[in-house]
Amino acid sequence: MRKASPFNLATLGLGLAFLYLPIVVLVVYSFNASRLVAVWGGWSLRWYGELAGDAALLESAFISLRIALVAAAAATVLGTLAAVALVRFGRFRGRLPFAAMIYAPLVMPEVITGLSMLLLFVAVSIDRGFWTVVIAHTTMAMCFVAVIVQSRLVDFDTSLEEAAMDLGASPLQTFLAVTLPLILPAVAASFMLAFALSLDDLVIASFTTGPGATTLPIRIYSQVRLGVSPEMNAVCSIMVAVVGVAVVVASLLTKLGAARGTPARI
Amino acid sequence: MTDPQPRRSLMAKLVIAIPYGWLVAFFLLPFLIVLKISLSQTAIAQPPYTPVFELAAGWHGLRDFFAGLSLDNYAFLGTDPLYVLSYMKSLEIAAFSTLLLLVIGYPIAYAITRTPRRTQAFLVLAVVLPFWTSFLIRIYAWMNILQHDGPLNQLLLTLGIVREPPVWLATDTAVYIGMVYSYLPFMVLPLYATLEKLDESLLEAAADLGCPRWKTFWLVTLPLSAPGVLAGALLCFIPIVGEFVIPDLLGGSHTSMIGQTVWNEFFANKDWPTAAAVAVVLVCLLVTPIVVFQHQAMRGSERGS
Repeated sequence: MRKASPFNLATLGLGLAFLYLPIVVLVVYSFNASRLVAVWGGWSLRWYGELAGDAALLESAFISLRIALVAAAAATVLGTLAAVALVRFGRFRGRLPFAAMIYAPLVMPEVITGLSMLLLFVAVSIDRGFWTVVIAHTTMAMCFVAVIVQSRLVDFDTSLEEAAMDLGASPLQTFLAVTLPLILPAVAASFMLAFALSLDDLVIASFTTGPGATTLPIRIYSQVRLGVSPEMNAVCSIMVAVVGVAVVVASLLTKLGAARGTPARI
Repeated sequence: MTDPQPRRSLMAKLVIAIPYGWLVAFFLLPFLIVLKISLSQTAIAQPPYTPVFELAAGWHGLRDFFAGLSLDNYAFLGTDPLYVLSYMKSLEIAAFSTLLLLVIGYPIAYAITRTPRRTQAFLVLAVVLPFWTSFLIRIYAWMNILQHDGPLNQLLLTLGIVREPPVWLATDTAVYIGMVYSYLPFMVLPLYATLEKLDESLLEAAADLGCPRWKTFWLVTLPLSAPGVLAGALLCFIPIVGEFVIPDLLGGSHTSMIGQTVWNEFFANKDWPTAAAVAVVLVCLLVTPIVVFQHQAMRGSERGS
């Protein structure tokens, strides 16, 4: 029987404290009425109030949300297609380089992905802005989507699809009526994750953006470089809350899928 | 190939062709362009490099184009100690961070497997959750904590551990803290995935035969978790080598990591060919670990895990 020793419990406690305390400190300080870090001026919503009046920041937040929505939607479609191609179509010609292109971006340093994207856009002389960031984020995120959806498809009971085909359904009908509903939780979860990835990205967006498309992380980065400020504490706390909600919803969706009979694996 | 390819419908072909085409256009092609520009010369023009490939110039243009390529940028990287030091620094920080992550992540992953099933799922989520908040915010959170009159120094002073507040920001220590903090989920998850599948009866057999617990760990658990250790180490080491945000915000200005060097060559010096050459050398340095990672990942997906 597995049993946690006091050492194991202490490790878990320290590990979770290490992971969460910095974020807790950040959120607590965002409610500090005093501008000085060393002085606790009581609880206050002052910095959140000042954010509401920061038009440039709000505009960046809006741009980031729009980019994340479009990129996550495109990445989900492309990534799901890629996963289906990898799992269902066996050994087609050029499968190996295809799989390599799916896995490489997962570990590629962002600086290189960003630089190479930018040089492509310059080479074909596309004006950089909203859509170039969308393309870059789609490419990065579709690989994460492909890996997640792929792991669900591998666990999938193919006899269900075969039964549908035997009963005369076309491959498209089979996919829409049988496969898609069963992998939907994984697809939805990977949409959420693609959304979070795009919303958070600084490096790739910095390389591929242009005038009029300053995303929220780029704006935050330019201010954070100058040092810690209570307004930034408030912005970051809001982003932590948004991402936290998105991830909890995504994991609940995955659980929902797991409850339907296939084990969830991310 | 000896076995005949099954005939595919037009739709099946599209399912393969659309994502394939996208990746070729937006992942492979950009790399070829980086490679090409790394062989070009800096020019005061738009785009700031030469030669520029002109389709209109036809065969003649193609010949001029190849004649204009050179390895000068790479020779330049070798002569300027700035770049060599930068690569060394990146490899050093990545190697030491990966080691730290292994030492800290292994006990956490191990401890998770010791808890009841239901708790395990919750703990895994708890470890992953911070990963989805951005690097930027997590590093900023540490800037908050490590600043001169920040909570850490206040705590140390109150407890009487130090008399003078130590300097944390702009040191390698801060970079290591940032790396371990940011990449911990990348280490814990693969370790947990392997340790969770470990056959419990092997440990019981060792215990029945009188093997002490530490020795069982050393002789049974650790060797069997080697794939997880390798996966975790690769998932951390490769991105850390090219890391930009963490050394930029937490590190000092005396030595840059290579990600910062690419960034500065590009944004500050506007030297695109040199930035491209630095990037190509970085990919060459990482090509072995990336290929090993892909091999592992593909084997994993074919096994169905």
